[in-house]
Amino acid sequence: MVRGTLTRRRFLAGCATAGGALAASACGWPAQGFGLAAPSGGVLTYWNLFGGGDGVRMVAMQDAFGRQRPDISLDATTLTWGNPYYTKLSMATLGGAPPDVAIMHLARMPQLAPAGLLRPLSDDELARHGMSAQDFAPNPWQQSHSNGRLYAIPLDTHPFTLYYNTDVGRKAGLLADDGSLLPLTSPGALLAAFDAARRVTGQFGLAISTANDPATPWRAFLTFYTQLGGEMLRDNGAGVVFDRAHALTVLEFLRELTIGRSLAPSNFDYGSTVALFASQGAGFYWEGEWEVTTFQTARIPFDMAPFPAVFGRAAIQADSHSFVIPRLEHDDPERLDRALIFIRSMLDQSQTWAEGGHIPAWRPTLDSAAYRALKPQAHYASAADSVVYDPPAWYSGSGSDFEVAMGSAIAAVMNGTLGPAAGADQMLAALERLAGTASPV
Amino acid sequence: MPGNVLTLSRAGGAPARSVVATGMLLPFGVLYALFLVLPSLYALVMSFFQTSLVRPGLSDFAGLDNYRQVLTSGDFWASVGHTVLFTVLTTPPLVAIALLLALLADRLRHGRWVYRLVFFAPYVLPSTVVFLIFSWMYTPGIGLIDGYLARVGGGPISWLTDPRLAMAAVVLMTVWWTLGFNFVLYLAGLQDIPRELYDAAEVDGARRWHQIWSITVPLLGRTTTLVAVLQVIASLKVFDQIYLLLGGGPNYATRPAIEYIYDVGFTSYRVGYASAVAVVFFLIVLAISAVWFRIVRRQEREA
Repeated sequence: MVRGTLTRRRFLAGCATAGGALAASACGWPAQGFGLAAPSGGVLTYWNLFGGGDGVRMVAMQDAFGRQRPDISLDATTLTWGNPYYTKLSMATLGGAPPDVAIMHLARMPQLAPAGLLRPLSDDELARHGMSAQDFAPNPWQQSHSNGRLYAIPLDTHPFTLYYNTDVGRKAGLLADDGSLLPLTSPGALLAAFDAARRVTGQFGLAISTANDPATPWRAFLTFYTQLGGEMLRDNGAGVVFDRAHALTVLEFLRELTIGRSLAPSNFDYGSTVALFASQGAGFYWEGEWEVTTFQTARIPFDMAPFPAVFGRAAIQADSHSFVIPRLEHDDPERLDRALIFIRSMLDQSQTWAEGGHIPAWRPTLDSAAYRALKPQAHYASAADSVVYDPPAWYSGSGSDFEVAMGSAIAAVMNGTLGPAAGADQMLAALERLAGTASPV
Repeated sequence: MPGNVLTLSRAGGAPARSVVATGMLLPFGVLYALFLVLPSLYALVMSFFQTSLVRPGLSDFAGLDNYRQVLTSGDFWASVGHTVLFTVLTTPPLVAIALLLALLADRLRHGRWVYRLVFFAPYVLPSTVVFLIFSWMYTPGIGLIDGYLARVGGGPISWLTDPRLAMAAVVLMTVWWTLGFNFVLYLAGLQDIPRELYDAAEVDGARRWHQIWSITVPLLGRTTTLVAVLQVIASLKVFDQIYLLLGGGPNYATRPAIEYIYDVGFTSYRVGYASAVAVVFFLIVLAISAVWFRIVRRQEREA
């Protein structure tokens, strides 16, 4: 089943998997526009950006909340992920008609909090609903602050992860007796592992998306670059501290994977890499943990591990979903209470949320026996201890111009259309352009 | 209703006619002013300020700073270059192939409607659907195109990651998708050519090709002017198919001017600067359209 080339039938099976995910995520259709009146009475408006499996689980959690609190009528809206989401959230808040609660990526904090779009939250307000700093994992909790004030309540951490096909891994001699992946501690070991996996699949060792998807190459780059100890920006994005030598090391390594040794495809887009791993044409897959249910549905033998520290210190690119309360001019305490009741209810359902792959930020779930028994999720939960978020700046964060600028150069190196040195130069030039632009927030 | 208007205007003379006309145009005029003229003027004002999407008001006066930045921005000129390249590559095939297909479809004696429908059908699809179809077709190694190429020993082709091919991929997709509009315009034009001309030519012994070349093509001159001008304007405002298929990539190699405006305005919140970009781009489009219109009109007159 694993050996041999990718046949049409196997590819179609993979496509069906990827297509299903795509169709499901396309269901996120905005049900309401702008210019709404501020919510009144017992209505709670909530914006999120969850499609696919995440969307299904979020709706289940909302339904559970509806049963718990029939007195609060929840008006939830799902919008498309990416920069349009943050544009809509910002404009709705400025227009005086924001949702009561919204999902925000924590890497967007340096943009939205200084712009005055978020309502700060005090310890007392949280305590009234049984929440305190001790209840949250330290990394996302710290990232929920801006200038020493709390602006968000973290829901999860979603790190870049290493998926591996256990059948391929066993045949390639990469697994320990208990079925776990043998440690990969150097770039050479990683290349050797992918090479061994490629010999088993007959196609690729690794699946990674590099076409029309700057975000994935960026996640891989930031992971390795930070492992080397590199930094990018200072003073909240006003200055550049780009380490060209480290960047070059990483870019050369990434190029080796695709163009250099053909261990990974050099020109597959997101859906194609999902299909490639789901059809067992690659032994490993690099992406955030959110595709876990896709491969469970595809019924392939796979497991997951924290992204290996091959360049030195442990560091893994990640972001977090969090709940924010957009600022409203005429804020009333009842609105805040309703919002916090809802947020607390969502946190209490973190186990449901974790099934989709995200590592809960809510300690009562994170430390529970039920979560530790959840496989493969528990296998990479330790990644939350060594996460690195996008460097803070008004222009950085999930789906930002910064991510596209960095990811485009990295992807071009991996596609083979740009040399590593030219790639590093392009990244530096883009950083200087962004840092030199007066902040609009 | 039209009859009433006609009687009214006849009875009341010119002034009444203009009152009625004005009244009928008013709803559109109001909407036009509200949603096009005023926002455009507001954008012009914003282009002289450091306006931010996330700060109320116009913010600090910037003078000509935004314009200076636009005119010296390599990213901006690169994006204009992509838009112009797209226009140059799409306009000739979209005019020529539409004419060819219209001529062929018009000559059919049976099942004419089938062909009219087939050639026009892609045009009614939303860009998102077209993008999905083509992104699967372009998938390297395992997509439909590479699948066929592999059978004859070709490929794989990196349609979406090779900067030299990415634009070709978008052009191909756009030609298939939007051809139907020009096709229909040409079909309409063909219906206006009197049949007697062909009969007379037949009597004079002109062959089919000669008829097309000496009667059909010249008499379609006005339609060609319309098609060519509309096509250039439509191509210059390209955004959605490039944004969907390539996100302006690979590595910005296809990012059109409109996407540059979107990126700086909506993603980076710099509405003042984005407005300046929009004004400059508007002037460029205006200049290109004016020159193009003159060229095409002259051709038409000479023909």
